[in-house]
Amino acid sequence: MLIIGEKLSIIAKRVREAMMKKDKGPIQEIALRQMKEGANMIDVNIGPAEDHGEELMEWMVTTIQEVVPLPLCLDTTNARAIEAGLKVHNNQWGRPLINSTSNDPERFPIMEIAVKYNAQLIGLTVGKGGLPADAEERSAIASEIMARAMEYGLPLEDLYLDPLVLQIATSQDHALKVIKTIRMFQELNDPPMKTVVGLSNISNGCPKHLRPILNCYYFALLAYEGLTAAIVDPHEITPVSKTIDVIMGNTLYAHSYLEM
Amino acid sequence: MSFVVPKETYSGKVYEVSIGTDKVASFGGENMLPFLSFEGTAKNRPLIAFEIQDIPPDDWPDTVKKVYEGVSANPVEWAKYCQDKLGAKAIALRLLGTHPDRLDRSPDEAAKIASDVLAALNVPLIILGSNHVDKDAAVLCAVAMAVKDKNCIIGKAQEENHKTIAAAAMANNLKLIAMSNLDINLSKQLNILITQMGFDKEKLITDPMCSALGYGLDYTYSVMERIRLAALTQNDVTMQQPLLGDIGMYVWKVKETQALEADLPMLGALEDRAVAWEAVTATAFMIAGAELLIMRHPKAVEALEKLIDELM
Repeated sequence: MLIIGEKLSIIAKRVREAMMKKDKGPIQEIALRQMKEGANMIDVNIGPAEDHGEELMEWMVTTIQEVVPLPLCLDTTNARAIEAGLKVHNNQWGRPLINSTSNDPERFPIMEIAVKYNAQLIGLTVGKGGLPADAEERSAIASEIMARAMEYGLPLEDLYLDPLVLQIATSQDHALKVIKTIRMFQELNDPPMKTVVGLSNISNGCPKHLRPILNCYYFALLAYEGLTAAIVDPHEITPVSKTIDVIMGNTLYAHSYLEM
Repeated sequence: MSFVVPKETYSGKVYEVSIGTDKVASFGGENMLPFLSFEGTAKNRPLIAFEIQDIPPDDWPDTVKKVYEGVSANPVEWAKYCQDKLGAKAIALRLLGTHPDRLDRSPDEAAKIASDVLAALNVPLIILGSNHVDKDAAVLCAVAMAVKDKNCIIGKAQEENHKTIAAAAMANNLKLIAMSNLDINLSKQLNILITQMGFDKEKLITDPMCSALGYGLDYTYSVMERIRLAALTQNDVTMQQPLLGDIGMYVWKVKETQALEADLPMLGALEDRAVAWEAVTATAFMIAGAELLIMRHPKAVEALEKLIDELM
């Protein structure tokens, strides 16, 4: 399981302030902590970043990779900011991931950028018409994104399909639909398509003490269905991920498996 | 359409271990299952060490005891005989005399014997305790100091005594055998515990236990095989140490290496049968993944070396 650390997001006050003041300290500290907690990749969410997005993404990428030898997941709707980030991304630590394209024509140009910079890309299975109703609709949108990717020359193994996790508090029926979607996405291609979720959205709006419980159990169910990657709080999810690897026989059990 | 050989690719690799200072011997280092050379690279041949003891081999069966008649009363002579006359590439000295039920030899005496044997050799030396957890801890500490920096292997560290023995190996810059009792998960756990002490994972050799053909070989074989698969297919760094097959001590205890033809005619001539028993047992463990083998009879070693020539 590819664990993508979610903690460097503009939504968090401390991160937002550090981004505004260009204060490297908190950014590097959070990046480093996520790596130690088991992240294999760090998500860099700078929001829509309509002003100075390019400069901000460039600063974030270099600031993080100064201390953390990991690839980054560049998370913004601003295509120029993505490109600026890819230009300075250190591919020695692995290939970057772009978050994201969708079935909205406005988001297609990002495919060209992904191909140009040999980056991987997340395809969010939503179109212009709003949220998908069920697993079947998500798969139909996924097929369209895949067709588009092939048109642009993006290899399908570089595309991660994201079914869009919704809040359990407001859209309870989608929790199960997304699990089913993970199974269906894999059947869209041989070798199976890669999949990714923004996990913590499941518990968005829930009381704080419930959030880790919802996140961890939901993660386990998705992992069992073959999820490839997840944008998560690594502190919360790494032990679950390691345990699932043991249960599913991907790693050999030893009493100290959580410490490895 | 022409036939294409299906190939596995492995994400992991076995660590290479080199021992000795004068004549250096290396084993491990491969990124493929044993002898499947079309799938990867085998850096080294499996290494076979001749087993000797600090006390005469009174309880070895005659077939193998008589080979060492005249030299086995003295471990230095015995070691030199294996090296000079039998062409041993490594020697494994088992300090059986230190066992409380044998001579209860002191750690200092044992250390003296180990360093005398080492001084007489130019091939690498492996030094083993008597498999008494408490005594081994004391004996191997003294031995480790006596052979400091000489690039020997000492062992075996077990769950109950690994802290002392691993610390001694680490302080004296030696390689270490970690032994667990026929359980793949405990084997991994012991490797984790030893490396968590700061012991270099590339200086460790795993002994998941052995057995003789006909006496549980299938169990020990599959533990080794699964360790090797975890190392190669799951890239499990805690299972990428070379594996030891300590074969002689198991083989030369079973009926088939001792019973006279007159008593059990259906088993055939004793010497041929006994040698074959050791060679076949060793072959099985080599195929399962053992890179370091400890054996007793020179004819069995010869047969195995020939087989390795053919398979490599």
